[in-house]
Amino acid sequence: MTAVLEARGLGKRYRRRWALTDCTLDLPAGRVVGLVGPNGAGKSTLLNLAVGLLRPTTGDIRVLGSAPAAGPAQLAKVGFVAQDTPTYAGLTVEEHLRFGAHLNPGWDDDLARRRIDRLRLDPAQRAGKLSGGQRAQLALTLGIAKRPELLILDEPVSSLDPLARREFLQDLMEAVAVQELSVVLSSHVVSDVERACDYLVVLVDSTIQVAGDIETLLATHFRLTGPRRDAPLPSNQHVISARHTDRQSTFLVRTDAPIHDPAWTVTELTLEDLVLAYMGRGSTGEQAPAPLLEVQR
Amino acid sequence: MTWLTWRQLRLQSTVIVGAAGVLALTLVLTAHGLRSDYSADVKTFIDQLKFKQLDSFLYLAALVAVHSLAPVIGAFWGGPLIARELEAGTHRLVWNQSMTRHRWLAVKLAVTAGIAVVVVGLLSLLVTWWSWPIDRAVAAGHGAARFSLPRMDPVIFGARGVVAVGYVVLGIAVGVTLGLVLRRSIPAVALTLAVVAAAEILVPHLLRAHLVSPAVTSVVISRQNLDGIQIRGGPNDRASGPVRITVRAGGPGDWSLANETVDSTGRVPSTLPSWLGPCLQTNIGPPPVEQGTTQVTSQGRDALAPCFTRLASEGYRQHVTYHPARNFWALQIRETALLLALAGLLIGFCFWRIGRDFS
Repeated sequence: MTAVLEARGLGKRYRRRWALTDCTLDLPAGRVVGLVGPNGAGKSTLLNLAVGLLRPTTGDIRVLGSAPAAGPAQLAKVGFVAQDTPTYAGLTVEEHLRFGAHLNPGWDDDLARRRIDRLRLDPAQRAGKLSGGQRAQLALTLGIAKRPELLILDEPVSSLDPLARREFLQDLMEAVAVQELSVVLSSHVVSDVERACDYLVVLVDSTIQVAGDIETLLATHFRLTGPRRDAPLPSNQHVISARHTDRQSTFLVRTDAPIHDPAWTVTELTLEDLVLAYMGRGSTGEQAPAPLLEVQR
Repeated sequence: MTWLTWRQLRLQSTVIVGAAGVLALTLVLTAHGLRSDYSADVKTFIDQLKFKQLDSFLYLAALVAVHSLAPVIGAFWGGPLIARELEAGTHRLVWNQSMTRHRWLAVKLAVTAGIAVVVVGLLSLLVTWWSWPIDRAVAAGHGAARFSLPRMDPVIFGARGVVAVGYVVLGIAVGVTLGLVLRRSIPAVALTLAVVAAAEILVPHLLRAHLVSPAVTSVVISRQNLDGIQIRGGPNDRASGPVRITVRAGGPGDWSLANETVDSTGRVPSTLPSWLGPCLQTNIGPPPVEQGTTQVTSQGRDALAPCFTRLASEGYRQHVTYHPARNFWALQIRETALLLALAGLLIGFCFWRIGRDFS
């Protein structure tokens, strides 16, 4: 599979602060990639680099084989639903569709109108009067109806209530299934990613902690619980986090090999456990700080 | 994209184009009457005008309207052009459609500036055409009261010909640039109003005169060419005396830049010769009783002939710098070109900046 997004040593500095450092990443095509991390971790920076609203300070990023926003053809291939799903408050829903049709040669007007119908948006309604969920749906419609190969969504559901969140993601999944889109979507909510994505990227403290297929990640990460152990684990068991009490040790490890040591009780991880483990690793302390990550069910 | 630009400009442009349209219509309807009054009697035409309230009002309204269009259009059309997108975050929407940011900006600027140039250009030419009888009468020396300034005068110049087009394009460029730099509409609008109004005041006074080389002439002061003598002080004031002499050179339609007395070395002396005061007093009597500055005009100028003869024999000359009325179009075209070049620089900056980082 070819990569929809390739980053090599990508870094971005705003004045003195590095928002993203040494990011090397290959996102495969045809996947729904969840980019997850706490607020301020650099998710938006990475996505804005991918659509060319920002330019890299170091390294290089290519999206669908070209530099981001390199020209009209490249812009046509990448759909972007920005953070807070901006729309023109003074323009009606109908005028937004007209806007999309005017600015995109590949615009699929049938698709857009079917979606607006199905979502029961009033075409004469001004976007400023729509609810947050409806506005997000309108922004998503604009992103989908231009028929991109890759759709990038920056925290599309962060301002929505749980019900609207669920509906939005479900709707996105349907569109993905029908249109064979590649999707990259960022969120600070693990359950959003769990619901929608099959590929995970964890970004903490401006650095990528882990990236991979979610099923593979879950199949290779385990929690080991047993009597206290201070000696190192076998070299094929890569420790993500370790916690010790007087009598007991708990390790989160990544390994490709089966675990045979009878001293351990081996349990599988949930996606949330996995993300939290990597988030804890991102900070310097041994103990994970109070996670900034929200967990919603 | 043209549709989107128009859709976003609809409200602001309707207000301004509507107001300009009302003025234009009134000018068209009254132009014929003004022309027939002019051809009826050129000499008394201006004197008759003060009894025509509508024409007097239109003359001033047109001046104000043409001068205010550049700051107003620059601020309200140019200011929000990018700033409103950045404020609402919609730049992240519109710049991710299948059109580059540079193309987006080019179309926005072309449509906005295009409408502005047509509106301001037409209004300015209409005002020029409407005021032609008045400007012509003033240039022929019949000017009086409100209608005494020739079209070369800085107050009138900007509301005639094509220079207003240059100011409105500069205004839009200033508005767009400030909006892009400040990233907020309201400050961009306010600052654009101030900057463009300042440009309309500063350019005529600091730059315009240098765009074309002015006529320079040195004349002997005589009773024929005397324009006025400025005298400071009253009869009981020891410091009283003449401080300034002006002469007439060229015609009433000219724009006078400098009118100063130089001594035999060619320099402007700090004071006029001390004998001049008594000489004037001997020949035309003491200055009026009131304290202050008094303008002695041509009345009794024949009596002053001995004073002028002595000034001439001591080598005093009057140095006059002015733009004759025939420089009007050369000044108009060069100033417009200068303003368009400045606007071009600002727009170049906008194109450079818009290709850089936004988040």
